[in-house]
Amino acid sequence: MFDTRQAVAWIEASARLVRDDADRLTELDTAIGDGDHGRNLTRGFAAATEKIGDAATPRTVLTAAGSALVSSVGGASGPLYGTFLRRTAKALPDEPSVGGAELAEALAAGVAGVRELGGAADGDKTMVDALDPAVTALRDAIGDGADLPAAVARAAKAAEEGARATIPLVARKGRASYLGERSAGHEDPGAASSVLLFAALAEAAGAPS
Amino acid sequence: MKKLINAPEDVVPDTLRGLAAAHPDLRVDIKNGFVARADAIRLGKVGLVSGGGSGHEPLHAGFVGYGMLDAACPGDVFTSPVPDQIVAATRAADGGHGVLHIVKNYTGDVLNFRMAAELADDEDIAVSSVVVDDDVAVEDSTHTAGRRGTGATVFVEKIAGALAEEGAGLESCAAAATDVNERSASFGVALRAGTVPTAGRPGFELADDEIELGVGIHGEPGRRRGAMGTAKEIVATAMEAIHDAKPLDGRLLVMVNGMGGTPLSELYIVYAEVADWCARHGVTISRNLIGNYVTSLDMTGCSITVCRLTEDLMRLWDAPVRTPALRWGR
Repeated sequence: MFDTRQAVAWIEASARLVRDDADRLTELDTAIGDGDHGRNLTRGFAAATEKIGDAATPRTVLTAAGSALVSSVGGASGPLYGTFLRRTAKALPDEPSVGGAELAEALAAGVAGVRELGGAADGDKTMVDALDPAVTALRDAIGDGADLPAAVARAAKAAEEGARATIPLVARKGRASYLGERSAGHEDPGAASSVLLFAALAEAAGAPS
Repeated sequence: MKKLINAPEDVVPDTLRGLAAAHPDLRVDIKNGFVARADAIRLGKVGLVSGGGSGHEPLHAGFVGYGMLDAACPGDVFTSPVPDQIVAATRAADGGHGVLHIVKNYTGDVLNFRMAAELADDEDIAVSSVVVDDDVAVEDSTHTAGRRGTGATVFVEKIAGALAEEGAGLESCAAAATDVNERSASFGVALRAGTVPTAGRPGFELADDEIELGVGIHGEPGRRRGAMGTAKEIVATAMEAIHDAKPLDGRLLVMVNGMGGTPLSELYIVYAEVADWCARHGVTISRNLIGNYVTSLDMTGCSITVCRLTEDLMRLWDAPVRTPALRWGR
C-alpha cells in the first residue's frame, strides 16, 4: 500500500536528494546543456514541499507538488516533471491509501504524459530513458507478486541503469541535441534527476537499500 | 568572476529595478515577473507578448513599448519563464482582440508558453503562438529539438508589433510573424563564452586560437570548434551557412548583433565584411541594425541575421517604434 504519509515522504526525499546532488546535476548539465538543472530543480522541490502540508491523499499531494514544480522551475524540466506528477496523481483514486498496482499504473500514466508533452522517444537521451525502464520494472515486479518496497527497489535500480545507458547516446531532444555527436559520452542530466526521484520513492516506500 | 552585481541570485530583479527606474513609461511588476506598457492597453489592438530566459538583454523587456511588444516576461538567467508569469503578462497585454505569443524555439520556452496558452484559454483570452527558429547552425531535422530562435526574434517583434499598431487582427499578426521567421536566417560565433552569475565561470572554454561556430545564446557550445580567423573569413563562413540554408536574393534586412562582450567597432568591421559579401553576391542590403540586441551575458562574439524583405515588410520595419532599445520615427 502507498499512503499519504509516504507520498509526502516521497516529495520530501526528492527535495533532499536533488539538493544534495545539485552540484553533480549542474555539472552534467554544464557539459551538454546550460548548467542550471541542479539549481532549478532544487528551487522547484523546495517549493513543492511547502505546498503539500495540507494534502489528505497521495493524489492531492502529487497534484500540489506537480503544480508547484510547473510554477517555480521554468525551463523544460518544470513542465515535464510537473506533468509527470500531475498525470500520476490524476490516474490515482482519491483515497488516503492506494495499492501497489494502482501506483504502478498511475506512474505509467505520468510517464505517458511526459512523452506526450516533450515528444521524446526511447533513446533520445532524455529523462524518459530513466523514467520508462523504472516504471516498466515496477509494473513487472508487482505483476510477479513482489510487495511494494521490493518492487520500487527494482524500479530504482532500473532507473539507474537507464540513466547510465544514456552516456553513449547522441541527444535528439532538448538543448543537448544542438551538440549533435558531441553530446555522446555524457550522462543526460534529466535522466540523472529521474534516478533521484525513484531513489526517493524507494526510500519513502521503505525499500531495502 | 567579476560582475557589477549585488548578489548572483538578485541579478534578474535588480535588472528589472533598473529598467523601472530608467523607464517610467513601463510597468515593471517584479513580483509577478513581467514588464508591460504603462499606457493603457488600447481596446481592439492585438497584444504582443514575448519572453524567455534572462541574460539576452535588451531582448525582450527592452522591446516593450509603442510599435513592438505589449508585455515581456523574463525568466531566471537562461531559464524560460514559468506559465504563471506568461499568463500574467498575457492578461496585461490583452485588449480584447487576442494576444500573440512570440516564442523562441527552445524546449523550455515552448513547453511553458504552451501551458500558459492553455491557462489563458481558460480565461477566454484568445492566444495565437508563433515559434521563431531562425538559427541555421542547427540542422533542422528529427535529430534535434529543431532550429533555435535567435536574432530574427527582433525582426518578428518589430514587424508584428507595427502591424498590431495599425489595427490588424490576431491571425494577420501571426501570419506576418510566421512570414518574417521563414524569411530569416541567423548564424552565430563565439570567441569567449559568457559567465552565468550563479555558475561563476564561463559556460565553455576556448583556446586563444579557437572559435565556436554555430553557437547558441545560452552558453551551450555550438556545432563545432574552428580556428580563429580574420573578420572576413568568419563572415564568409556565417554568410555561406545562411545562404546554403535560405538562398539570399532581393533586398535584405541585416542585423549584426553583439553577444554582449564585443566592442561596437568590431561589429562595424563585421558589418563592412557582410556588406562586401552581399555586394559580391549581387544582393542588396536595404536596412541594417548594428549593436547588442540579443546577447548572451558577456559572451564575446556576434551573430548575423538576414531577412529577405518585401515592400510591405520594409514599410512595417520603418514604422515608428518607441521602446528602450529600439526607437525611431516617433
